[in-house]
Parts: sequence; C-alpha cells; structure tokens
Amino acid sequence: MQASHKSSRILQPVRPWFIVLSLFLALLLNMLPTRQWPAMPDWVMLVLCFWSVREWRKVSMGWAFVLGLAMDVADGAALGQHALAYVLLSYGATSLSRRMLWFPLSLQALHVLPLFVLAQGIQLLIRMMAGGDFPGWEFLLSPLVTTLLWAPITLLLLAPQYRPVERDENRPI
Amino acid sequence: MAVLDHAPPPFFKRGPAPLALLSFYVAFSIALFVLDLRFHALDIVRQAISLSTDPLQRLAQAPVRMLTEGSDYFLTLESVQEENRSLQAAQLAAAPTLLRLEQLEAENERLRQLLALQSREKAAGQAARILYTARDPFARRVYLDKGQQQGLIPGQPVIDEGGIIGQITRVFPFSAEVTLVTDKNQAVPVQVQRTGQRSVTFGLGNGQVELKYIPANADVQVGDMLVTSGLDGVYLPGFPVAKVIHVERDSAYAFARIIAAPLAAVESHTVVMVLHPREPLPPRPPAPEAESGKPAAKPARAGN
Repeated sequence: MQASHKSSRILQPVRPWFIVLSLFLALLLNMLPTRQWPAMPDWVMLVLCFWSVREWRKVSMGWAFVLGLAMDVADGAALGQHALAYVLLSYGATSLSRRMLWFPLSLQALHVLPLFVLAQGIQLLIRMMAGGDFPGWEFLLSPLVTTLLWAPITLLLLAPQYRPVERDENRPI
Repeated sequence: MAVLDHAPPPFFKRGPAPLALLSFYVAFSIALFVLDLRFHALDIVRQAISLSTDPLQRLAQAPVRMLTEGSDYFLTLESVQEENRSLQAAQLAAAPTLLRLEQLEAENERLRQLLALQSREKAAGQAARILYTARDPFARRVYLDKGQQQGLIPGQPVIDEGGIIGQITRVFPFSAEVTLVTDKNQAVPVQVQRTGQRSVTFGLGNGQVELKYIPANADVQVGDMLVTSGLDGVYLPGFPVAKVIHVERDSAYAFARIIAAPLAAVESHTVVMVLHPREPLPPRPPAPEAESGKPAAKPARAGN
C-alpha cells in the first residue's frame, strides 16, 4: 500500500485543522534547543514540503512565508532568511508534485532532496554574503537527514486520510 | 453584450499565477533581509513577531528544561552539602580581599578628589538567567529571561563571575538577545593588563577571540590578561575579557596574530549579570584636524 498515484486507493480529503496542527507541531519541534546538533532535520521544511506536494491549493507560498518569518525571529536569524528558503522550497515542491507522486516513496525522497539542499544552501549563501560566521559543512547534513524522514512523514501525515468512509463497529480504525 | 464579457466565472479563479506569487515573496524576503542586516530597521517588526513566537519557544523549551532541572532535583543531599562547604571555603578565602576592597575604594575616591580626577563609576546591575542559545548557526547569541518589561535596553554589558560575556543587542518584551564576545561582529575595546596597551578584540566564531591591530613587535605574551579599557563608554574599565593563549609574529605582516580565550563561561548556560548602562562620557573635545578617526569600539551590531 503506497501513498502515490499508482495505488488504486482513493484517499479521504484532508482536514484543514490537521494541516494547521502538523505545521504547528513542526514549528514547535524546530524551536527545541538543538544548536549543538547541526544535523537535526528542519521539521518545518519537511512538513511544509509535504503539504506543498500533496495539497498545493491549501498550503503554498503564503504559508511558507509566514512560517519562515516565525522561524527567523525564533532562531534569531536575519529576517527574511528562512522566509526566502521556504518560499522557494514550496514553489519547487508544488511544481514537482504532478510528477513525483507517480513514484514510490524512495524515489520521491530523491525528488525532494535537491529542494532541501537548495533551501539550506540559499540560507548559507546569503548569510555568508552578509558576513556571518561559517557554520561548518555539517550545516548541509541537515537536508540529508530531512530527506531520510520523507517516507516516515508521508506515512504518518497521510494516515488520517486512510480512514474508511463509513464507521464499522467490527473494524478497529 | 454578455458575450463580450470574457471574465471567467468566479469558480475558476485561483488567485495570481504561481510565478507571480513567487517573485513577489522572493522580492519581499530579500527586501526584509537587506533592511534587517544592512539598516537594522526592523527591530519593531521583530518585537511584534516575537510576541507570538516567544510563548511557543518557551513551551518548546519546557520539557527540555524539566529534564535538565529534574536531574538537579534528584541530586543527593551529600553533593549539595559538599558544594555548600566548598562555597563557604571560597567565600572565606575571598573575605580578606573583599573586606579591604571597601576601604580601598573609599581611599581611592578620596585620592581622586584630592587630584581632582573624575570619580569612578560603580558597577551595578540585575541578575538574569540564560534561557537558551539562539539556533542561528551563523552567529553566537544567547537569550536572557528578562526584557523590556524589566527595563533592559540594547547596549548593556553582560558579565558572569569570570568576566565579560557579551552585550545586549536586541530587546524583546520578555526576553533579550545577547551577542557573545566570541561572535564575529562583536568588538570589545580592551587593554593588556600587564602593559596597559590598548586594542580591540573581535570574536573568531569558534569560541575564541582575536586581538587585532597590535604591532608585530608589541609586548604581548601568552598568559596576559585582557581587561576592558572602558574607552567606548559601554563597558566599565577593568573587567576581565580573555587570556592570551597564542601569539604568532610573522615579519611579513605588520600586525601580530594574537588569539585569546574568553575567561567567562561564554558558551555555557549560567546565571549572568546585566550591568546598568554607563553614564554618558563627557563630550569629545573638538579635533585639531579634520582627521579625528572613528571611536575604536563600535556598539556591537555595527559590524557587517
């Protein structure tokens, strides 16, 4: 059972509050004090990319921009740094969405890897141009780890849409 | 006539084209970026956004703090007693110095009055706790649990028991951002305690600071203490900043390369002291020539 266009399964529509909740939780996860582990995944990037691929009419660049500004202030980064990265990521994810959903999850992960690297690389580039410290190459490990989480997050965030239409007393879910 | 009206029915409307939206957001982000880093003009926007992110951040930190402070709670009584004993011993050891200090300060004050020198300012401040380290990997900053509501303003120096930690660079309603002395854009005017030579330290970004613009033949040795010179009007003179750990003299360069390690526990979580801002320095006498030079110390974020 794969959550791609190849499967014949028809998913239930997503509930808007679930999108909001998942983005909010991702924001909270990003705010954990993880400065000493540079390879921590960027959760907002991951969840935002997922919804930009799946529900690009509901979640797109406007969300990316607002979440980016929130991350900028929370991180103490330059204003606009995350916003720019997330907006580009969201645009890229939306334009890839018609293609990548035909592939199995591992190949979908390969599709989003360049997007994550680009989003992280652009932050590195503009901050170095503005005269910041070089954070070390492990800064670019984070998109790799984020990519590894693509399959688990897909299964997790799509799970509510696998609910059956009618409730059945004898079925657990 | 209705045929001429080519506007699509409203259910096909999807807002602006994605590419147009993308260019709008990208341009907006870059404008924000430039305004923030180049002109420092967006602190009010930052404060407004922080009103919503700050509670979230404290919420996210709460479990982490419970874990770290929970382990403190389960410390045995013995270790606390042990710590208490060592603190008492340290206090006893410091007592002779402290007892004489007051008398010395009074004497110093009298002598200064006799010599008609300006009296020294007293150091006072308020204690604050470091909430967390900023996640931004491009700078070295920490956040304090006090802010505008407690009367903090940008520019106040922050110390701990070892020496200078940094300077407050931004204040939010309930927190304040401290740029550490090890940040690349943070400059501290210092003097070498042994010789009195003045210079400026800049952070290196790797937990150390560099003493810049010291001639290659200057008398600086490994182990020299660097203390604030107070010339900037921000830091009170005499606070320890760093200790020289490496001196490299290369005759190919005009300046020596001098690396120092900060004395305060700059990169670890502690309770810190935020000093009150200094009284403004007397106005600068008019320069004899046009070339008067800039003051050595830029207030913190004037870097870039």
